[in-house]
Amino acid sequence: MSDLLLEMRGITKTFPGVKALNDVNLQVRQAEIHALVGENGAGKSTLMKVLSGVYPHGSYSGEIIFEGQECRFNDISASEKLGIVIIHQELALIPFLSIAENIFLGHETASRGVINWNAAIAKTQALLKKVGLSESPNTLITDIGVGKQQLVEIAKALAKEVKLLILDEPTASLNESDSEALLELLLQFKQQGISSILISHKLNEVSKVADAITVLRDGATIETLDCHKETISEDRIIRGMVGRDLSHRFPPREATIGETMFEVRNWNVYHPLHAERKVVDNVNFNVRKGEIVGIAGLMGSGRTELAMSIFGHAYGKHISGHVYKNGQEIDVRTIQKAIRNGIAYVTEDRKNYGLVLIDGIKNNISLANLPAIANKSVLNEPKELRITNQYRDDLGIRSSSVLQKTVNLSGGNQQKVVLSKWLFANPDILILDEPTRGIDVGAKYEIYTIINKLAQAGKAVIIISSELPEILGMCDRIYVMNEGQIVGEMPAADASQEKIMKCIMQQEVNQQ
Amino acid sequence: MSAELQTNESSKAAGFKLANVFDFLKNHMREYGMLVALVVIVLYFQFETSGVLLQPTNITNVILQNSYIVVMALGMLLVIVAGHIDLSIGSVAAFVGAVAGYMMVKNDYPVIISIAACIAIGAVIGAFQGYWVAFRKIPAFIVTLAGMLIFRGLTLVLLGGSSLGPFPESFSNISRGFISGNEATTGFMSNPLGGADAKLHVMTLIIGLAFAAIIVYLDIVGRKNSRAFNFPVLSTPLFIVKNTAVVAIIMAFCYILASYKGLPNVLLVLIPLIVLYIFVTKKTVIGRRIYALGGNEKAAKLSGVPTDRLTFYTFVNMGVLAAIGGMIFTGRLNSATPKAGDGFELDAIAAVFIGGASASGGIGTIFGVVIGALVMGVLNNGMSIAGVSVDWQQVVKGAVLLIAVYFDVSSKNKA
Repeated sequence: MSDLLLEMRGITKTFPGVKALNDVNLQVRQAEIHALVGENGAGKSTLMKVLSGVYPHGSYSGEIIFEGQECRFNDISASEKLGIVIIHQELALIPFLSIAENIFLGHETASRGVINWNAAIAKTQALLKKVGLSESPNTLITDIGVGKQQLVEIAKALAKEVKLLILDEPTASLNESDSEALLELLLQFKQQGISSILISHKLNEVSKVADAITVLRDGATIETLDCHKETISEDRIIRGMVGRDLSHRFPPREATIGETMFEVRNWNVYHPLHAERKVVDNVNFNVRKGEIVGIAGLMGSGRTELAMSIFGHAYGKHISGHVYKNGQEIDVRTIQKAIRNGIAYVTEDRKNYGLVLIDGIKNNISLANLPAIANKSVLNEPKELRITNQYRDDLGIRSSSVLQKTVNLSGGNQQKVVLSKWLFANPDILILDEPTRGIDVGAKYEIYTIINKLAQAGKAVIIISSELPEILGMCDRIYVMNEGQIVGEMPAADASQEKIMKCIMQQEVNQQ
Repeated sequence: MSAELQTNESSKAAGFKLANVFDFLKNHMREYGMLVALVVIVLYFQFETSGVLLQPTNITNVILQNSYIVVMALGMLLVIVAGHIDLSIGSVAAFVGAVAGYMMVKNDYPVIISIAACIAIGAVIGAFQGYWVAFRKIPAFIVTLAGMLIFRGLTLVLLGGSSLGPFPESFSNISRGFISGNEATTGFMSNPLGGADAKLHVMTLIIGLAFAAIIVYLDIVGRKNSRAFNFPVLSTPLFIVKNTAVVAIIMAFCYILASYKGLPNVLLVLIPLIVLYIFVTKKTVIGRRIYALGGNEKAAKLSGVPTDRLTFYTFVNMGVLAAIGGMIFTGRLNSATPKAGDGFELDAIAAVFIGGASASGGIGTIFGVVIGALVMGVLNNGMSIAGVSVDWQQVVKGAVLLIAVYFDVSSKNKA
């Protein structure tokens, strides 16, 4: 097999007490897109850290063969020298530096410490052209969207003369069209002979672009699927990942839908910094008792801004409009008032906006409703322990105890803690913003089951999601949002991915 | 956590074993590390000063010298836990001292009214700085740096470059006097352990006993609660050893005080304040919310915590405690001077960080702060007695701060 670019053989890596990787094998050919899939904690990131030299040679056993040579990397720069570049899930760009400064950060085009900016900018322009960006090299990173930032990361990798590009969840925070563009770029690179390893939870993307798929489970290689010999379905991949057939990706539910419970009328929100920019434009919607309503739309369509502005004016300026609960207008001008009126907002960014990571599970769950476990503002800790233990058991938060710090929990368990917090606040209306982002298939199912139970208990549930299958699988009714407006409404029974996309596109056309 | 559980269960089966003691110490290294360091420092200077350090006169001195730093460090802990800093408290303390002098010495206002006015002024100053930090979003470092200059300047304006004193005795006695009275004659009994002239102050011993009893009672209740939830608790023998040690330390301390002039009045201000702030930080809604605010302000805000208002209150609280600290210091000097309180903010901040608080907020305990303040206080006192010059004292204190925080950071990274 002379066309092998990379071979990892018998990689075993142990952390104190756990075997993170057990005899893992991975083979990547020249000019191939190789997908690496598996549940959270299956060992994908650890394997890539071994490959890129984050874990130096000697801290693991097994061998890495790159272009026929055995490699022993001591740090990242050693692997980069050979053309192995990793792009992490959390982008490593510095927001207040320009694109050019970021691209050449660490290997500046300098002689004796003095930077030659003309050369740097010229090179940047060439690189940006390759990744299809028309931005000026002097644009600050903070001024471009996440999708474009991802492309800048790739340009940065190209600057290092990459042979093997490793992308860890590159499309997790991208909208459909940006994801599309990024995958297209990977295919172009393949034409030029650059291989990529793509780590992704989005199996539709994987089956679209991958030449081969390696499935990891519990730190071991389960199988490598060749996409050219047979067509690989998403269900086939899932079977490998979870070790069983997941016949339903969404738990079944009997919907019992009552009266209109929550209604928003003529809602307008302006951008907090650019006061002339309207972010939410005259939005009207309602949710009934026991109903799950989805808000679909591209990233940047104003979905999160809509939700956060309703939740105690937590986003935006010059907010106008009316919010009704059970026919009565309610005051949502502060977060405290919104919570008191029975609204809960589960954020899309649980690490920054959802959890106090240095605190334990217990303190996080009780935070939004401390008066309920206090007697004249003195905490009743036995009561707090009893209640938080109850949530831990009910929602299946896997942890050593409720005192475990949330920073050490997996994404799915962290999300369950955030959900517990809001369940304890006992809301009537729940707004869930990307409730399963970055969570593996098994934990997703558990979260869906919890959401279904909430609807069954007679709450009004709103789900905001970029994943259309999730919206279609979970909701009773769907609103489509674009450019701050509601551009369509349809019962889930009539909806399809194509219909939703058409709603969005039509409005784009109308505007032009 | 699970390691502790196992320790706990195995110790139940095997009873008291030396290995369990080591495990316990290992698991609580962070919690008690500074306490151990304090004991080592005390023993070292006790040896180095040939026994002067722990003599009743000197112990009383250490308390009087450090009382105002501890008071201010209590407020500083809340400010730092909330994720801010206050550089102005030395100047605020001096300004409040000057106001106290202006009222009591220059104009003969009644002591009680003057004290109330000083506390109110502290609150107003705290509110002023808190307003800029909490509602106008100006970094606390800058606001309180400005405050440091402003209130030092106002102190000079008020005092006109000279000192004001002496104060009425009922005021200065708060920081200088003893519960046995100034002459220290009444309420003593003969000391059964000492010679013919040795005397013990009875009330001091009674207060000590009562205090020890309350602490043991609270520990027993807390252990029972933890048990009910199957949380790791100390094995019975260890628990008894720990509480016996606590009672012994409190009583030894009271015995030493009782054999000199008895309990200093300032402890009657200090101990209730410490207990109050332990209660506030551990047991109340507002305390819990301050920790959440410091741990992740955005998440706390989206959970309905009134973050701006809380930040404001921590600064008001700081102002009040700076005022109390300023009055204690002024009373101790028995005069209000323009240079008063110089560098107090740094001593208070050092005590908080030596006590294990995190510079990024959300972490820190009152217990740690008190230990931190004692470490600094004993170092000062011990080095002075041992004849170390003031210049070198600064060097040592700086090094101790750096090493203490380094140990804290490195043990966190391991965990």
